[in-house]
Amino acid sequence: MNILVCMKQVPDPQASSSGTTVDSEAKKVIMPQGTPPVLNPYDENALEAALKIKDAQGAKVTVISAGKNMAKTVLRKSIAVGADDLILLEDAAFENMNSYETAHVLVAAIKEIGEYDLILCGRQAADTDAGQVGSGIASILNLPCVTAACKLDISDGKAMVQRVVSDGFEDVEAPLPAVITASSEIGEMRYPGVKEIMAAQKVRITSRKASDLGVDVSQLKKPNLVSLDSPPGRTTDCQMVEAETPEEAGADLAVKVRESQIL
Amino acid sequence: MADYKGVLTYCEVIDGKLPSITTEVLGCGRKLADDLGQELCTVLVGSDVAGMAQEAITLGADKVYVVDDPQLKDYQTDAYTAVMENIAKQVMPEIIVFGQTSVGRDLVPMLAFRLETMATLDCVGLAIDSETKKLLQTKPVYGGNAQATYTCDTYPQIATVRDKTMAALDPDSSRQGEVITIDAGLDPSAIRAKLVKRIKEEEEGVRLEEASVIVTGGRGIGGAEGFTKLQDLAALLKGAVGGSRPPCDNGWLPPNRQVGITGKIVSPDVYIAVGLSGSIQHLSGCGQAKKIIAINKDPEANIFKYADFGVVGDWKKVLPAFTDKLKELLPE
Repeated sequence: MNILVCMKQVPDPQASSSGTTVDSEAKKVIMPQGTPPVLNPYDENALEAALKIKDAQGAKVTVISAGKNMAKTVLRKSIAVGADDLILLEDAAFENMNSYETAHVLVAAIKEIGEYDLILCGRQAADTDAGQVGSGIASILNLPCVTAACKLDISDGKAMVQRVVSDGFEDVEAPLPAVITASSEIGEMRYPGVKEIMAAQKVRITSRKASDLGVDVSQLKKPNLVSLDSPPGRTTDCQMVEAETPEEAGADLAVKVRESQIL
Repeated sequence: MADYKGVLTYCEVIDGKLPSITTEVLGCGRKLADDLGQELCTVLVGSDVAGMAQEAITLGADKVYVVDDPQLKDYQTDAYTAVMENIAKQVMPEIIVFGQTSVGRDLVPMLAFRLETMATLDCVGLAIDSETKKLLQTKPVYGGNAQATYTCDTYPQIATVRDKTMAALDPDSSRQGEVITIDAGLDPSAIRAKLVKRIKEEEEGVRLEEASVIVTGGRGIGGAEGFTKLQDLAALLKGAVGGSRPPCDNGWLPPNRQVGITGKIVSPDVYIAVGLSGSIQHLSGCGQAKKIIAINKDPEANIFKYADFGVVGDWKKVLPAFTDKLKELLPE
């Protein structure tokens, strides 16, 4: 069983909650200084799903990541937790790719690998929140696709997937090979041990450029970014309700919200 | 481009009805069509849905394409993508608008790649550029830290829109429109990923998306039991209970109760945040609430930067006292 997991490196979404600014003129988001790159959390969920299958029935897990100037230590974490291979698609042309370009570049690498039973991705990236790459890969390769998986089992050449929908869950059965995108409920990625982290630094990783893959990103379509602005902020001035005891504060809060006719 | 004309919306049906998001998508489509001086078409896909075509006309559609087939009873990616691809190729609309629902999130990326165009998901604004006549698609990015506006050079231009960001029209029963039935033309063998079972999580009381008051708990609630206290307040205010990601990941609440960028995006009149820090991922799901009330023991919690009223303290003591006092003060 060959499982491919597509992973993106993103600026740590936990660190980015304050201090992020927008340069509207340059149409760029400026992250706070020192925001570390991390593996996209939803892609970590996808890798965990792959590792659970590997634990249960054995599988070769290959991680693929595309970008420019990627932090190798961050990506090697995937090896430390149990992935067998890491393929880096690294090229200046792979900087800030949109979903359409990313899907095409990943497909070029997937075709080169050739053998796969299952392709796993996170449901979306924590920076762009586009959520289109998994479906794009499936569409280009003409494979079945199941999105937002919270449970995954493989048996008899089929994937049994439970997916999260707004009013509950759906159980879906898809023949392999298939593309499945993971939601956070599928489980957090396991922690690597110190020994595994050290060992992962020595594992050889495969590196491919645009020319190796035969893709010309400039020929791919691109949406035009017309403008980038700060979000229309909430200009609130929080009225803090204080009292001797928490119970009194709770009661005073009720009085305040009634007075101001919010409730 | 010359061959693409008109606006098409996806007329999503939920539980045999047109939900508010569908009426909002129709209202948005109507406005775009008027700005372009073109027609608004909409597509009803499902089994036993033809009866809703007239309602879609009263809500703004000029033409309703109906694809009614027992095989389309439940949403399945392959079947619905095939139907929508077929319709897009027949109708050749310039713009297609969906709601950012479970169906929209799943179907739209697949459809866009099939049509060799691009889609912008989760838009909070759609407008026609007065000069180029292109669709300006505005959406939050970087977890809501920035707002980007895109255009796309390929057609059709496809977008999904967030709940409660577009205005629905008041139903007008005098509106005239045309209903056109289209054969699904489905090849059953093309449905590869098959739906085996739907498990509906009954939502007690009001649906999160439609609630005017939402009481949401975070990691600080500590377990499933704590949420009964939130439920007491929600019941009093005829609102709904939600959670940030940790309570849902830990199983204290079902996943469909999650508010945030990967859960539901809500815009209630009042949002009461209890024991939650206010991560940017969570705030992208509730930042459009008209008023926010926060209770948290950490005075530095991010949520206070967004709240209108706040109490620093142990929610276990603050919340019941708040609920009791409100009960006293609210009219019967």
